[in-house]
Amino acid sequence: MHVTRGFTGRPRVPNSGLPPGQYDAGDDWPVLSAEVTPELAPADWTFTVDGLVAEPRTWSWDEAHALPASAYEGDIHCVTSWSKFGVRFGGVSLDAFLDLVRPAPQATHAVAYSHTGYTANLPLADLTGGRAWIVWEYGDEPLPAEHGGPARLLVPHLYFWKSAKWIAGLRLLDHDEPGFWEQNGYHHRGNPWEEQRYSGD
Amino acid sequence: MTGTFTPPTRFAVPGRIAVDNDTATTWQRATLTEIRRETPRAATFRFAVPGWRGHVPGQHVMLRLTAEDGYTAQRHYSIASPPDDVGHIELTLDHVEGGEVSGWFHAVAEPGDQVEVRGPNSGFFAWTGDRPALLVGAGSGVVPLMSMVRHHRARSLSVPLRLLVSARGPEELIYASEYGSETTPVFTRSAPPGVPVGRLSAAQVAALVADAPDGGWEAYVCGSNGFAEHASRLLVEAGQPVDRIRIERFG
Repeated sequence: MHVTRGFTGRPRVPNSGLPPGQYDAGDDWPVLSAEVTPELAPADWTFTVDGLVAEPRTWSWDEAHALPASAYEGDIHCVTSWSKFGVRFGGVSLDAFLDLVRPAPQATHAVAYSHTGYTANLPLADLTGGRAWIVWEYGDEPLPAEHGGPARLLVPHLYFWKSAKWIAGLRLLDHDEPGFWEQNGYHHRGNPWEEQRYSGD
Repeated sequence: MTGTFTPPTRFAVPGRIAVDNDTATTWQRATLTEIRRETPRAATFRFAVPGWRGHVPGQHVMLRLTAEDGYTAQRHYSIASPPDDVGHIELTLDHVEGGEVSGWFHAVAEPGDQVEVRGPNSGFFAWTGDRPALLVGAGSGVVPLMSMVRHHRARSLSVPLRLLVSARGPEELIYASEYGSETTPVFTRSAPPGVPVGRLSAAQVAALVADAPDGGWEAYVCGSNGFAEHASRLLVEAGQPVDRIRIERFG
C-alpha cells in the first residue's frame, strides 16, 4: 500500500454497502461484453440444463415463464470496480429449474454458457438456495439486449461476469472448469466481499 | 479431467491469449515521469515501472490510488504504449467530469508522483501482430488500438493494419500527429475543410471489410457502448464474421 500524494478520493460513507475497492455507479449501468450483442428473439431463446442431472431438459421462453415468478432486489458488483445499488430483476429462481432436472449427487460445479459462446464457471452451491436466477425483466421492463436480454443468468453475490448474458444453459460437472474470463486471468469464484478479482487474489 | 466444455452455440466468442496470472495479481509501484497533453480533455501519463514484464498491445492495467486514511480507488485503463517501450507504460486518460481518479491525474499529478498498477490484464482484446487487424475506435477508445499501431510501426510489421478513428472534431482527435496512411479519421461534429462531418458510416466500414486481405481481418472495436454497438453492427452487416470481432466497451 502506497499513499498517493494529494489523493483524497470521494467522501467516505460508513457502512455504505460497497465491497472493498468498489464505487457507486449511481444511475449508470455500464455495458461490458466482449462480443457483438446478438439479435436473439424470445421465440428463439432456449435454456438447457444437462450434464450430471437425472433428467436433462430444455425450456422454451413460454415454458420458462410458466415456472413460479421470482424477483431479486438488491445490489450488483462488477469486477471493473463499479457497484449498483437497489436494482430489481424479475424472472425465475434457478432452484425451480434445478428441482426439475434433479442434479446428481456427484455434481459440484456448473459451466454457464450463453447463446454467444461465452462461458463462466460456478460452484453449484453458488447457484442454489435462492441465490441465483434466470431473469428477463429489469425494473418493470424487458431486459435490454445489451444487458443480456432476452434472458441472462443472475448471481448477484458474485462479480457480475458470472451472471452470463444471453444465457443458453448450464452443464453440471463433477469438477471445476474455468470459463471465458477465468481462462483470461480472472478469479475462479469472484466473491466481491473478498475482492477475488484475478486468479491468485 | 479431460478437455474443455465447449457450448453448442450459433455464435462464437473469439479466441484468447494466455495471460500471466502472477503479474496480474502483484501491485507494482509506477513513477510518473512525463505528462503530455493530447487534446483539451485528454493527456498521456508516462510511467516508469522497473519490474514491468511486458504486455501485448490491447491489454489494460488496474491502477490504484490510495488516500492517507487507507481509502483506495482503482480503475482499469488501457495501455497506449507498445511492448518494446521496456520498463515504461503510457496511459491516456480523459478528464471525466467529477472523476475521482482522472480528476487526480488531471489536476494534481506531476512527474515524480507514484501510483500502483497491476497487470497487464485480459488476453482477450490483445493483438500480437500476427494477423491482419482492422481497428475501429472512438474518443479515448483509440488508446489500446494505438498500442497496436505503435507496435506495428516499431517492429516494421508487414501484416496489414487499418485504423478507423472517430472524434468529435480535429481538436479532440487523440494522437492526431501520429497517424499515417493506415488511418481514416471520422469527425462527428466538426471537420477540417473538405472533410465530411458525420457518424462512422456503413460505407466506410464496408469499404475496409471488402478490402480484407487473404484470411480476413481480426476486428477490434473500442469506445463507448453506444459507439461499440454501432460499429460492431456495421462490421457484421459488412460481412465481418461475428466470431472475429473483439469489443472493449467503457461506460
